[in-house]
Amino acid sequence: MSRETDQERRRFLLRAGKAGLGVAAIGALGWWAHDTQGPSANIGQAANVKLPSFAVKGTDKRLAVVKSSHRVPALRAGLEALGGMGAFVGAGHKVVIKVNAAFASPPALGATSNPELVAELVRLCRGAGAKQVIVTDNPINDPASCFELSGIGPAAREAGAQVVLPHPGAFAPYSLPGGRLIRDWPLMYGPLAGADRLIGLAPVKDHHRSQASVTMKNWYGLLGGRRNVFHQDINGIISELGQMVTPSLVIADGVATLAHNGPTGGSLEDLRPTDTLILGTDHVAVDSLAVGLLGLKPAKVPWLGLAARAGAGTTDYESLNPTRVELG
Amino acid sequence: MRIVTARRISQGFFLALFLWFCLVATVGERLWQLRGWPVNWFLELDPLTGLTSLLASGTLYAGLLWGAAVLALTLVVGRFFCGWVCPFGAMHQFVGWLGSRGKPLKERVRRNAPHPAQQIKYLVLAFFLGAAMSDLAARLALGQVAASLAGAIVLGLVLWATRRGQGGRAYALAVGLVLAAWVAWSLAAPHGGAWLLAGLLDPIPLVSRSVNLVLLPLADAPARVAWPEPRFYQGAGLIATVFGAALLLNLWRPRFFCRYVCPTGALLGLVGRHALWRVGKKQARCGACLGCDGACSGAARPAGRLRPAECVLCLNCLDACPEDDITYATRPSAGGEAAPDLGRRRVLAGLGLGLVAPPVLSLSGVLGPGWNPALIRPPGSLPECEFLRRCLRCGQCMRVCPTGVLQPAGPSFGLEALWTPVLNMTIGTSGCQLRCTACASVCPSAAIRPISLAEKLGQGEFAAQGPIRLGCAFVDRGRCLPWAMDRPCIVCQENCPVSPKAIFTRVAWETVLTGLVAGSATGGELTVSGKALKPAALASGDYYLQMGAARARIVANGAHSLILTGGSDWRTPAPGEALSVAVRLQRPYVDPARCIGCGICQHECPVSGKRAIRVSAENATRERAHSLLLKGAGPV
Ligand code: SF4
Repeated sequence: MSRETDQERRRFLLRAGKAGLGVAAIGALGWWAHDTQGPSANIGQAANVKLPSFAVKGTDKRLAVVKSSHRVPALRAGLEALGGMGAFVGAGHKVVIKVNAAFASPPALGATSNPELVAELVRLCRGAGAKQVIVTDNPINDPASCFELSGIGPAAREAGAQVVLPHPGAFAPYSLPGGRLIRDWPLMYGPLAGADRLIGLAPVKDHHRSQASVTMKNWYGLLGGRRNVFHQDINGIISELGQMVTPSLVIADGVATLAHNGPTGGSLEDLRPTDTLILGTDHVAVDSLAVGLLGLKPAKVPWLGLAARAGAGTTDYESLNPTRVELG
Repeated sequence: MRIVTARRISQGFFLALFLWFCLVATVGERLWQLRGWPVNWFLELDPLTGLTSLLASGTLYAGLLWGAAVLALTLVVGRFFCGWVCPFGAMHQFVGWLGSRGKPLKERVRRNAPHPAQQIKYLVLAFFLGAAMSDLAARLALGQVAASLAGAIVLGLVLWATRRGQGGRAYALAVGLVLAAWVAWSLAAPHGGAWLLAGLLDPIPLVSRSVNLVLLPLADAPARVAWPEPRFYQGAGLIATVFGAALLLNLWRPRFFCRYVCPTGALLGLVGRHALWRVGKKQARCGACLGCDGACSGAARPAGRLRPAECVLCLNCLDACPEDDITYATRPSAGGEAAPDLGRRRVLAGLGLGLVAPPVLSLSGVLGPGWNPALIRPPGSLPECEFLRRCLRCGQCMRVCPTGVLQPAGPSFGLEALWTPVLNMTIGTSGCQLRCTACASVCPSAAIRPISLAEKLGQGEFAAQGPIRLGCAFVDRGRCLPWAMDRPCIVCQENCPVSPKAIFTRVAWETVLTGLVAGSATGGELTVSGKALKPAALASGDYYLQMGAARARIVANGAHSLILTGGSDWRTPAPGEALSVAVRLQRPYVDPARCIGCGICQHECPVSGKRAIRVSAENATRERAHSLLLKGAGPV
């Protein structure tokens, strides 16, 4: 055999080897990516998240009503009546405060949570040892503008909280166990993940469709997506929101009540001084008390009854023996 | 330091400054936000922006005076703006450098050889000037006849002076008369006007639009410094295509846009060709190495007869000349100079085309009977005709809008409106926010007037004239849930930010289920037969059991049972009585006297495709002709 054919054979073998590797690579890639089924119908659906109860052991059935025209002292007095902030927030806690920042409207108009109240609440949480305080909401108007114009953003940051705006990554699908409306629905879970405490802080407002918007309606801001479809069953959705969240504490701000043109308001004339701050661990009871500021009876507000029947709390707030405090 | 290094530093500095201004055009008070940064400065520096808006609107608004300074300085030192300041020029310079890197001298000389296509930019300039001054004469002259005569004389003189040679004068006169007739006609025609079309290709509006509406949204999507949420701009692809093409063509010819297209470059070239200081050869005869021609950004031919109008003052030639024969001095080049090759007929044709463009395009009726009610302009916008005289299409208002509701108008709105701001209620994060005047405060040309919050809301001294309306919302009863589908909703009413609300409701009762028969009533629970009910489905608080004219609210229901709370006229039905179920609906109505057209209702309406309530530009404050209401009539 000549050296030339020998070399030729070697070159051929080399080329054959490379070609073989190529064939194997293409084959392997094809096999690995091969799909005989095609995409399923529920493509792109992540697994549901779970929302734990944020209730603090031993604090159930606490309720306080403070009469005052000043929010900050009212908040302090109210918390005192409930056993102090220390009863709810402890050292190293991550506390989420769900405010109502729904509208890009100035604080004086009362359509959003009061910034001084937010700031004081943040300070009290920090004072009680909270490591991290998050103030959040998924507003209706432009989120950044809502937090800035309502004054909540600057006030919360100043007091040492972190303001979390909604962003696509913050949402995860959620289903209310036994729920009818909240099924596979985007929930603003991001800020709640790993939280120890959840506090709701909402103004008392008139609402054309649900009659009143207080702390339970405020949880609407934890939903994402085109949540407005739920307005077809406003009482049902508020009741489900009441079942979805078991808060550590809720505060209804009725120092001034948005009595007309709610829930947006827009004029100082829409506000009525009602000098009441309501604090409690049962949001059905707190809201039942609060709708009175709008001249409503709890029995006439269907979502209260629905939520109570579903076990989210009681409309018979007197049964909780509310502590009543009068400040000058 | 080498002079080109100084130039590069200057270009880098101004490019960085430009990008910084793009970034900080964000509503807020932090360092990187709008807190007094002169974000419009580059737009104001652009002399074509100033000149065309002066011609079209008759004034040089606020900061646009900067353009005069640039023009004046150009008279002294030449096209320094193109070579040293213009951020778009810096981008071209860089990409052009990439494209020519490593190419042999011969090839570079070929790329930088003057080309007849360099005339095109003068044509473009002429077109835009023509469009901007289409009815200038009308505003200067007392009557149409005087205007057309003046136009004829001016044009005739211009042509007389510019045409030379046999037959040229007759030709010039003929063209002049035809143009004058055209001008007269356009003035006489009801649909004349003057449009600021220059922004389509004017470099600073072009680059500012492209960076703000394409590059920044892309770059900011992961970082979210400029906006808390990713931004969307309709038709960004077309804006990006123009921008991308302008940049990539530099690979083929350095500074392609500057050489062939840029109308501002053309203007500066014409002004700067007799500049006091200019680039030139010291001695006519040199080694003829062509190093300077190979380096020239403007294709100005420094080695031969220099074209001062094309020189962008990059000063590469100074750097490239091995004999130090090229200098920047107060005397013309020793190698001789050539006037810009304008292609006068073409320039005149461009001017003529520009002059007739507004009247011709207006034939479509966009400013008259064919006005487009989808063209909802930002608060404070001038009437459409005045708006088109001023809007630069720079995108600054769309950039600064905190909700992103301001969008560049696409081609479907016509060339005259292309890339001007229009509200798209479904794209932004909410409609136009009640207490925001950001767009009006940044508009560099006052196409959107600077308005105060009090004026926008109709408060204080503006109480008598009421709030600024952008349009009016209309309920589409074929799509609205309570109107078309017997479902309660009124999200629109809830979100209306006006006080008292511009959306009100009327209660309507609709029977949704018949054929139920009463059974026994025990302990508050009523059994019914007939159709089986969906358990709990009627317990939302909106459904009522009807018996004749009396109704009781359904509080809970099973398949064959109901729990009710009834009013005073309700009595427990006797077994066998016929029953039906009715739904209580609140149906929305819009009060056009209150609606400001902010579009928040449209944004929030749960009919998420084509919304069941939509704003349209009728009744907008800026166009009286489009008002809906008869003054002094009606209850409010
Ligand atoms: S939000 Fe839309 S669907 Fe709902 S009531 Fe208003 S217009 Fe109708």
